[in-house]
Amino acid sequence: MIEQLIFYVFALVLLFSATMVITVRNPVHAALFLVLAFFNSAVLWVMAGAEFLGIVLVLVYVGAVMVLFLFVVMMLDLNLSQLREGFMKHFYIGVPFAVVMAVQMLLVVGSGLFAPETLPEARMPIPEDVGNTALLGSVLYTVYVYPFELAAVILLVAIIAAIMLTLRRREGTRHQDPGKQVRVRKADRLRVVNIPSARRQSEQE
Amino acid sequence: MIELSDYLVLGAILFALGMAGIFLNRKNAIVLLMSIELILLAVNFNFIGFSTFMGDLAGQVFVFFILTVAAAESAIGLAIMVTLFRNRGTINVGDLDSMKG
Repeated sequence: MIEQLIFYVFALVLLFSATMVITVRNPVHAALFLVLAFFNSAVLWVMAGAEFLGIVLVLVYVGAVMVLFLFVVMMLDLNLSQLREGFMKHFYIGVPFAVVMAVQMLLVVGSGLFAPETLPEARMPIPEDVGNTALLGSVLYTVYVYPFELAAVILLVAIIAAIMLTLRRREGTRHQDPGKQVRVRKADRLRVVNIPSARRQSEQE
Repeated sequence: MIELSDYLVLGAILFALGMAGIFLNRKNAIVLLMSIELILLAVNFNFIGFSTFMGDLAGQVFVFFILTVAAAESAIGLAIMVTLFRNRGTINVGDLDSMKG
């Protein structure tokens, strides 16, 4: 009973913040509401027994992706009134569309097709006595090792693409040329000057 | 007790909200990216719900990969936004018609 109450509270906050994300005027506020949505989803995932994914959602999404979003939103000088125009015009198309789609999906969910007794047998059953993180780790590096490597490659591609897209060589900036630095020889820059050592006043006389 | 249908209903409503966000914010490309994040979150809810109530771990592994791909997607998407803003001075989707015939 108390579990159900907690679920509904967090689900309501999640839906509220999702609504705010799509309707709020300022993109910075939208990003902050998206943080709230991710946080509530993480709690709901932990309640469903997916502890590792809940923590990953907080760490990766709230900690990294949303900070990136906020960073970009704050860096760009957005013309809010221009981005906002046509909102009401699209409102009368978008909202009925979304309502129809939600009703259709709810009809499918409510039709009893997904009743617990109709679900098929689990192919990869979750044992009771092992923790969620250890369980995921034991599967991820054995059964799913090939998709895991592919995910790593996708992340590498994303890193390279993001850097290449935003890298900009400006005229007039000073930067080092490692080739020139390696090629340099002693004779090019070092001149040995023979200076006679200073003598005392008395010796000169 | 929380049922499977609770998770599925939540996922369905969240998905619809994400789709509505794509319709409402036709101009603002950053909020479009945020709506895509909401849609992916809704899909993940379905996976987690089924994984829990079927007692099957495969759903959680799939959510793991979806999170990875979504993070890569948003990183590249934001990089495109930055480049776009640098070159055009706007992220208004309506202004991006330079490839129009």
